[in-house]
Amino acid sequence: MEKFELKDTRSGFGEGLLELGQENPDVVALCADLTGSLKMDAFEKKYPDRFFQVGIAEANMMGIAAGLTIGGKIPFTGTFANFSTGRVYDQIRQSIAYSKKNVKICASHAGITLGEDGATHQILEDIGLMKMLPGMTVINTCDFNQTKSATKEISEYYGPVYLRFGRPKVPNFTDPMKKFEIGKGIQLKSGSDISLFATGHMVWESIIACENLKKEGINVDLINITTIKPLDTEIILDSVSKTKLVVTAEEHQKLGGLGASISQLLSEKLPTFIEMVAVDDSFGESGKPKELLKKYKLDSVNIELACKRALLKK
Amino acid sequence: MNTLLPMEVKNLQEICSQVRRDIVRMVHAVNSGHPGGSLGCVEFFVSLYFKIMSHSKEFNIDGLNEDIFFLSNGHISPVFYSVLARSGYFPTEELNTFRKINSRLQGHPATKEGLPGVRIASGSLGQALSVAIGTATTKKLNKDDKLIYCLCGDGEMQEGQVWEAIMYAGSKEIDNLILTIDVNKQQICGSTEEIMSLGDLNKKISTFNWDVIEVDNGNNIKSVCDGIMNAKSKTKNKKPVCILMHTEMGYGVDFMMGSHKWHGVAPNDEELERALSQIKETLGDY
Repeated sequence: MEKFELKDTRSGFGEGLLELGQENPDVVALCADLTGSLKMDAFEKKYPDRFFQVGIAEANMMGIAAGLTIGGKIPFTGTFANFSTGRVYDQIRQSIAYSKKNVKICASHAGITLGEDGATHQILEDIGLMKMLPGMTVINTCDFNQTKSATKEISEYYGPVYLRFGRPKVPNFTDPMKKFEIGKGIQLKSGSDISLFATGHMVWESIIACENLKKEGINVDLINITTIKPLDTEIILDSVSKTKLVVTAEEHQKLGGLGASISQLLSEKLPTFIEMVAVDDSFGESGKPKELLKKYKLDSVNIELACKRALLKK
Repeated sequence: MNTLLPMEVKNLQEICSQVRRDIVRMVHAVNSGHPGGSLGCVEFFVSLYFKIMSHSKEFNIDGLNEDIFFLSNGHISPVFYSVLARSGYFPTEELNTFRKINSRLQGHPATKEGLPGVRIASGSLGQALSVAIGTATTKKLNKDDKLIYCLCGDGEMQEGQVWEAIMYAGSKEIDNLILTIDVNKQQICGSTEEIMSLGDLNKKISTFNWDVIEVDNGNNIKSVCDGIMNAKSKTKNKKPVCILMHTEMGYGVDFMMGSHKWHGVAPNDEELERALSQIKETLGDY
């Protein structure tokens, strides 16, 4: 397999934000005492007047962000995914989503690959929480380049956005010149045996799985779902019409995640068997990202197995 | 301080009287809503919208070069809606739609249908002071010298987010912001003293680097106007400003005063008549 440089998605966010600082004077940023972890330090240093350190007070941060939009600012909030969603759900619901405020909620350390900090910090419910909010756009990026591009692109879109990314360094394989398109899936491999829809860090694991399956003569139609809401229904239905079999892969609870969204779509439009690679009603735990992906059955090996299980239904 | 001429006092009192009629009629019409806190805050709202704030009736959500008000204790929407309508943001007839299906006048204020005058949804308590800080910050970034006003209930001080916001505003010297706390000492289940004592709010908030002033009679239009003007004179001085506005829940309707019982209960037909007989119709009922 081709070798790619290992880079963290959060650094893609940091770089994108820094460029936005230069390009759009209305972009402002807030952070709840995690500037280094969110890679927001470069923005803070270069644009101190447009950076707001709010301390360990996430609820207040979300409210301030909502208020900053009144008068035309485009606020980007930065903290861990757990503190960006579950901790402040009502603030997002009332002051941002219901009030239709142009806030960009940027969340790092999402999912189990946060690693050693353990379950208190490894939120696996955030996609579900955020996609349930009317009018909320939910994006989960897969590598550095995609995260950087998405960070810049969401500033051009008016409305609340949840941008989910992570902590570990992962292969940076997407085209740096490719402009992120909100709501558009990306076809990574074409095949007719099975549709594999993956998001976030699971995209790279899916690529490895596809390479191995190919050696066994199984051709996978691999699609990177970058935006969980609004879902790219066209790319999904086109693929499933061809393959008639689905596997989904995400670093999230099975209940309420990408797989659930696709399941709902297909049950209405094109009933199809689905095998979901996701965390099955469990909290995470401390460990190395790779160990955790293996234990919670989220790695490439488990994606391969899921594809093979699904194929038995054909 | 003497900010009002005798004629102005009379004029504002007449507006207050009509707003009180609107409040009791609105909640009676749908047999729901919150008359107690609404009645207690009439003088505050009338002072802000008819005397103090520089604001345009041509509503624009961004409110550039205007003073902006945020209501945090959204359940007192009847007084907010009445004052917005009476000051020209939307027709007073629309008060007839309060809490009814397909209305812009939701039980708690919302922006979703674009009701002029409302810039943030509120109802879930403790949130709008943070929003006010955000907009105060945008005003500074935009070099807009107008002020931000925010109203919270005293019971609302039990919400943790309020203290995050108070700490932030004091620490970051958000000095274009005036928070008013409606100190009526009542909340749904009883007095604030019984439910969870607020302690010495003046001392607590001052300690967070705020300028705190007291308005002893929050139901006297002159005292309220003087108090807000006094607060205004203290802005732009490296501290946010807080007014502890002592009011009486249910003020203006004798049987609604002195108790928490009318926090969220509507008057029946007979009670409505008793209430209206105590409040003069001055500008015409909607």
